[in-house]
Amino acid sequence: MSQPLLSINNLTVQYQVATPVTAVNDVSLYIDPGEIYGLAGESGCGKSTLAYAVTRLLQPPAAITGGSIEWTASDDSRIDILRLDGETLRTFRWEEIAMVFQGAMNALNPVHTIGSQIADVFKDHGTRMTRAERTARAAELLRTVGIDDKRLKSYPHELSGGMRQRVMIAMALALRPRLIVMDEPTTALDVVVQRNILEEINRLRGEFGFAVLFITHDLGLLLEISDRIGIMLTGRLVEQGTPHALQNSPQHDYTQHLLNSFPSLRGDLPLTGTRYVAGGSR
Amino acid sequence: MRYYLRKLGFYLIATWIAITLNFLLPRLVKGNPVDVILAKTQSSGPMPPEARHALELQFGLSHDPLIVQYVHYLGNLFTGNFGLSVSNYPTPAIDVVAQAIPWTLVLVGLSTVISYIIGVVFGSWLGWKRGSWTDGLLPVSTFISAIPYFWLALVLVYIFGLTLHWFPVAGGYDLNIVPAFTPEFIGSAIYYGVLPAFTIVLASVSGQLLSTRNMMVSTMAEDYVTTARAKGLRQRRVFGSYAMRNALLPSVAGFAMSLGFIVNGSVVTETVFSYPGVGFTLLQAVQNNDYPLMQAVFLVITLAVLGANLVVDIVYGFIDPRTRLAN
Amino acid sequence: MTFSQQELAEPDLSKSEPDLSDETGGRRIVRRGSWKFWVGIAICALFAIIAALGPLLAPNPNQTNSDGLQAPSLQHLLGTTNIGQDVLTQVIAGTTGSVIIGVVAGALTVVLSMIFGVGGAFLGGKWDEASSLLSNVFLVIPGLPLLIIVTDYVQSRDILVIAVVISLVSWAGAARVLRAQTLSVRSRDYVDAARVASESTWRIMLREILPNLMPIIASQFVFGALGAILAEAGLSFLGLGAPGGRSWGSILFFAQNAQAISLGAWWWFVPPGLCIAVLGAALGLINFSIDEQINPRLRTLAVLRPKAKRGGK
Repeated sequence: MSQPLLSINNLTVQYQVATPVTAVNDVSLYIDPGEIYGLAGESGCGKSTLAYAVTRLLQPPAAITGGSIEWTASDDSRIDILRLDGETLRTFRWEEIAMVFQGAMNALNPVHTIGSQIADVFKDHGTRMTRAERTARAAELLRTVGIDDKRLKSYPHELSGGMRQRVMIAMALALRPRLIVMDEPTTALDVVVQRNILEEINRLRGEFGFAVLFITHDLGLLLEISDRIGIMLTGRLVEQGTPHALQNSPQHDYTQHLLNSFPSLRGDLPLTGTRYVAGGSR
Repeated sequence: MRYYLRKLGFYLIATWIAITLNFLLPRLVKGNPVDVILAKTQSSGPMPPEARHALELQFGLSHDPLIVQYVHYLGNLFTGNFGLSVSNYPTPAIDVVAQAIPWTLVLVGLSTVISYIIGVVFGSWLGWKRGSWTDGLLPVSTFISAIPYFWLALVLVYIFGLTLHWFPVAGGYDLNIVPAFTPEFIGSAIYYGVLPAFTIVLASVSGQLLSTRNMMVSTMAEDYVTTARAKGLRQRRVFGSYAMRNALLPSVAGFAMSLGFIVNGSVVTETVFSYPGVGFTLLQAVQNNDYPLMQAVFLVITLAVLGANLVVDIVYGFIDPRTRLAN
Repeated sequence: MTFSQQELAEPDLSKSEPDLSDETGGRRIVRRGSWKFWVGIAICALFAIIAALGPLLAPNPNQTNSDGLQAPSLQHLLGTTNIGQDVLTQVIAGTTGSVIIGVVAGALTVVLSMIFGVGGAFLGGKWDEASSLLSNVFLVIPGLPLLIIVTDYVQSRDILVIAVVISLVSWAGAARVLRAQTLSVRSRDYVDAARVASESTWRIMLREILPNLMPIIASQFVFGALGAILAEAGLSFLGLGAPGGRSWGSILFFAQNAQAISLGAWWWFVPPGLCIAVLGAALGLINFSIDEQINPRLRTLAVLRPKAKRGGK
């Protein structure tokens, strides 16, 4: 087990428009099996673009222009994710890396029941199952995340935001992936629900042993749940470290800035709080 | 359930408004409607006394208050009594319309369905392929969608009827064949229907195609489509079950508008082909100042369109679960 | 961790479209007008100029000569009609009529749809229910049959009356679109802010809401003009247009009545229809690019960019 599960080396992603924009700039990071890696940064810093790059979901004009993404399969062989295509890419998705997206309202298809959306995963991933078996598995997955399996026949709009996010997590677990990329999974949920979901993720990780790439703008949250944290600023990974190291001796002044910005959220700073200004330009 | 009741209520109101409009329009005209009509007819020859009588019956020239006329009109409506057709005297107007209905129903109904299916399937595909060479087809279909139905009909008549002699250019069937449910007659009706149907399909398909394509492009940016791709589902399933299935909803919801366009287009198309349908009947009624027939045709067309929309709304209730709020 | 995550986000985070190439409210490069837009504008401008100069270019469209039904030649670039009228002259004169119809009916459609769509949605309550019911009803009542009936009852039909009648019959679709957009604009934060600041209703309407409706209003105008040109052509073709009025549709009416098709006089009926289709396509292209402006997802080429280079605001 010396190999990391996922290693990203010098990854660069560009939006190839009239004046190309580099959204992810020379980023290198690795994730070990079973680890929660937190990626923090403010809106537009490129963290979601990075998440999409890992599962090859980027669409034009976004394109990976440099670097590599490597995956260690369960038999310890190395897979170059950027070389996957066609069927190999399709089956790699969800079987190895699953995703939980931000804003669970839109991540679920509004016209199908959640049961059938979970069952779709089994239909297209080589598992020869009867309809009854698929339903049974979907029901089991829902129970795993604490949802009554009567909800199989519910449509997304009939569920609360927290329940929809649980459904997404259940779906992500369907094929027992070894990494789940979570892109702002708790944004837009109220605080209590957010708490419950985080506990659920942690419990499930203990049970199933998957690693998590947890992406959020909320550094405070990451400090609580992550094994290691990376800080992104304008496409670059400016700092990495354990929560402990980050909190006690932040190296980059942007990290310092993020850490300092918590109090303002509790409302005891003036409304016009300072904001970090990249490159001094305002 | 509430959804369906609301829809039903809406269509009842719409029907009532259409019926009332049909009643009021001739009476809103300045002066006495019958005088207006008579003045018009005078120029095209003297009005036969029977026809004058039919007109008076139709408009209730009795100087009854409007409300009494209205009640009278509603009563006649329920018994299907629109008065006697002036141009087909003494056939009741409703019978003239009844003869035309099957022709239009089959022609416009089939063309609409065909055009809708082609537009939706091909439009979804164009949306799926957005950003590739297929986008070059967009200006072409924008151009086609701007061609007026009747002009397209004229051009097709010129090319396929008069130059190539592939299809007949006028009528609904070979007049040498007795109309009956014989293979011969049905074959002839199909043969005569090809060109009008092709006109309607060709003229209407581009609009459907463009709007479906745009909906598809919007839908494909939705999170659930990205989720479907991330889930490693087969392309076919991502396309059909996730993207297209959702992109279709607005086009079903907007059916009223596309049907409106097609009905408008069919009226003129039927005229070009002298097709024995409702649209051609309407035009003949107008040209002959056959007001009872005009009213009957207008009501029949309106009721048919309202009925079609009601059916589509019911279907929409089935395909969009969000309308079925249990509580 | 007792705070709401929203607060750390960009101010506009919740409003931004979920779009992978645009993480959260990224800045967009709006290409100022695609080629579609400029081609559409150029064609429309050309027709507008022809329409404006129509009376000069074609002072006597009805002038006849002895050469009936001549094929195109140097003398008559588009040939002649059965009674020897020059088709090109007729088409130019018809342009004036059709363009006037389009502009007038398009403008009236916008006015009506704003009264019922924007007005209803803005005032809300009973007004909204009544006006949206009315527009939905007009949407399902088939337009052309109604138009045929109405124009037939109208005694003095001139080209402006036709334009008015067309817009009376066809405003409903535009009203529905505008209503939806008004509702969405109305619920935005800056409108709430204006309300809190107790600005007058009219002021909010004019300052906050209307500017945000402009692209849609423009698109509805274009759509209304296109529909009116087609509707008028249809009416004239059926012989229900303005008597003595001249438009592309009326040329086709005369062509049809004189059996131009069976006589093979393609130069008589092809040009006016082609004009309708070309102008219609130009209007369609303009609308297409307005749509792309309103809904960035439709832009097929890469014009989105994340604000990776942005720091504060």
